[in-house]
Amino acid sequence: MGFDQYHEPADELPAETRTFARLCASLTEEAEAIDWYEQRMAVEGDREARAIMRDAQGEEFKHFCMDLEFLLRRTPLWREIAEGILFQEGDIVERGEEAEEEAVEGAAARGGPFVGGTSLGIGSLKGSAS
Amino acid sequence: MSHLLREHAPITEATWQLIDDEARDRLTPALAARKLVDFGGPHGWEYSATNLGRATAVAGAPADGVAALQRRVLPVVELRAPFALSRAELSDADRGAQDVDLAALDEAAHRLASAENRAVFHGFEAAGITGIAQASLHDAVALGDDCATYPRHVARAVEALLRAGIAGPYGLALGPEPYTRVLETSEHGGYPLLDHLRKIIGGPLVWAPGVSGAVVVSQRGGDFLLEVGEDLSTGYTSHDANVVQLYLVESLTFRVATAEAAVALSP
Repeated sequence: MGFDQYHEPADELPAETRTFARLCASLTEEAEAIDWYEQRMAVEGDREARAIMRDAQGEEFKHFCMDLEFLLRRTPLWREIAEGILFQEGDIVERGEEAEEEAVEGAAARGGPFVGGTSLGIGSLKGSAS
Repeated sequence: MSHLLREHAPITEATWQLIDDEARDRLTPALAARKLVDFGGPHGWEYSATNLGRATAVAGAPADGVAALQRRVLPVVELRAPFALSRAELSDADRGAQDVDLAALDEAAHRLASAENRAVFHGFEAAGITGIAQASLHDAVALGDDCATYPRHVARAVEALLRAGIAGPYGLALGPEPYTRVLETSEHGGYPLLDHLRKIIGGPLVWAPGVSGAVVVSQRGGDFLLEVGEDLSTGYTSHDANVVQLYLVESLTFRVATAEAAVALSP
């Protein structure tokens, strides 16, 4: 077990970025778990066993959504693009292109220090002090 | 257009970057509360109140046989620290000057960080915020000026928390004066007092401008919540030929969930 979610030296990364990386790793793991249960249910013949797997997969759906919501709250541009795509009707690719264009142009117009956000992006500093 | 009106300022993109970087660099070391309490948000500028999950009976419902309950919320307070920068200095920044005078920004950052810390640790009554030290159910421990006694006082605070069933680690917010005294002091054998205090609390020890004395707080999570609407941002007010008026702003609420999870050390 290493710290594979870091692609830069961890001690050079701010606490906020390390938290972001951990949640990104969790999001990936939850998506993988959802897929594993999907595959297992597809081949499992026992109804009771399938019901347990379906229940477990529901937990993973919840975890995935919580991870995603956290990341979206901390990343305004990502959130803005997601709002243009998630729970929308119509062509997904078209919605994606439009959402990206609107969000990026809006962020540039705001002139924020972080693309998509107008704040300084300081947020929580818990865990950053010794 | 954002409410910060940044695009109306006579400031280039590169100089906005310089201002924001400076603000971030100055704010971060001073934001003690954010290093010790839970942080919720940011929920955005439109966020106006935090749900307290409580309701109060309202007399005189509009019809007989109907009861009325009004939800209780904690309204967000906007904290704003204005500052003015010389346009000539900002033009020099665009020319590549490395020694741009941003002292007014630095002072504003210190004022705003101190205000946030003060609201969290000592409260802001007019805004409905009860601070950690005010809410604490434990008797305050007198800190005094004699650094040699600090380990004993902090240990007493830790012991009070343990007796109340509040497990460690703990954090220690030290006001600027006691913090400086701690930094300057070595105990017998040259062991830094700072390290001794860290060992007692088992968690972070932070410089906390705006704090009077010190406060020992639980670090287990769930006891203190700083809820932020708009996170710290720089905005534009106005300008003339010589000066541009800017400000630092944030909107927040704070509430204590576990009053016994902290002990104040009075100056």
